Amino acid sequence: MKTKASDYETSAMKVMEKLGQPLVEMEDWYCCGAVQSLTEDDIMHQIAPIRTMCCAQEQGEDEVVTLCDMCYNVLRQANDRMKDKEDDLETMNEFLDEDPDYEGGVEVYHLFHILKGMEDEIKDAVEMPLDDLVVAPYYGCMLLRPDNVAVDETEDPEIMEDMLELLGVKVLENPKRTECCGSYHTVNRSDIVEKRVEDIVSYAVEEGAEAIVLSCPLCQFNLDFHQRATDFDVPIFYITELMALAFGLDIDMKNHKIDPRSLLKEKGILE
Amino acid sequence: MKLKKLTRDIDFMDKVEELSGQSLNSCIRCGTCAAGCPFVEDMEILPERVFKYITLGEFEKVLEHNTMWICAACYTCSVRCPRDIDIAKIMEAVRQVILRANIDMVDVDEVDNIEELPQLAVVGCFRKETG
Repeated sequence: MKTKASDYETSAMKVMEKLGQPLVEMEDWYCCGAVQSLTEDDIMHQIAPIRTMCCAQEQGEDEVVTLCDMCYNVLRQANDRMKDKEDDLETMNEFLDEDPDYEGGVEVYHLFHILKGMEDEIKDAVEMPLDDLVVAPYYGCMLLRPDNVAVDETEDPEIMEDMLELLGVKVLENPKRTECCGSYHTVNRSDIVEKRVEDIVSYAVEEGAEAIVLSCPLCQFNLDFHQRATDFDVPIFYITELMALAFGLDIDMKNHKIDPRSLLKEKGILE
Repeated sequence: MKLKKLTRDIDFMDKVEELSGQSLNSCIRCGTCAAGCPFVEDMEILPERVFKYITLGEFEKVLEHNTMWICAACYTCSVRCPRDIDIAKIMEAVRQVILRANIDMVDVDEVDNIEELPQLAVVGCFRKETG
């Protein structure tokens, strides 16, 4: 978020400031581990996310909001496990040096949970509706599955479409929006990711999409970077980048492999 | 071969059920998991065949195919299984049985363009493919 996905962080911070609900970064936090460890006996890989919960508790906060979909998924699953399984929480607290113990009182949210209650503020903040832009929303996996952590209906989510429509964007129906982008296979099986990207992007293009919108830094990288193996060059935006543009805020868009500026100029969104 | 030693030394099905918290015998081989899996074309055998081999005690046949390494834990199968089997947890358990025998599936020295990759991809991959 600080380096490869800084476009997401800076645009989200600016957007939430504009909406009157500024985000404040935690004083201390730990890398969540990116993927949830799914075995029953593995407490060790729950330590990092729960340490972050301890940091929130130490700061006197009972709510943590994440921008990254993978952080959301891991923190939420690990935190729910501690709430649901008393024995695991007890074992965890024996492991942890943190004092006092984690009490399980922190709740984990994704940015979408916060935006969901701010429709009026979003409408009021729009200075330049993005009327001419046609986009395909893309959720990927980590916002929606497993279903006990889903930010919306697992099989038929609408939360992103609702937000985009407030910006004036033309939103396409995209049945591929809940399919996996290939995730961490980008490290050593890029052939798999390229097939996923071809499938997802080609469908969106056939339906008339000029851009794809999402909120996960890994999905953004995969869909952006791996289009080099396809015939496509569709810009991949974080939703907060489009919000910032509609709100009239300046953003860098410096992480993009496929530069979105020519599309935005063509649409009269950028000069 | 390390894998052969592994299959002789442990009760694979019990271990997978213990690690995953799932019952393999609940599977009715309906194929819903494979039907929705976005990676199925890269899997050498389908998930239900993995379950079948585990329950029949044919562990070598599980280990010699790539299915559990292609699964990226996207949970699509888990949310659609009509028998409420959390298939992603079973795949994770199979991976863990192997990884805990000190068999890694990725070597950091062999990853191309590691500087270009986002950190969460590298961390995620090493979490899923090393012990």
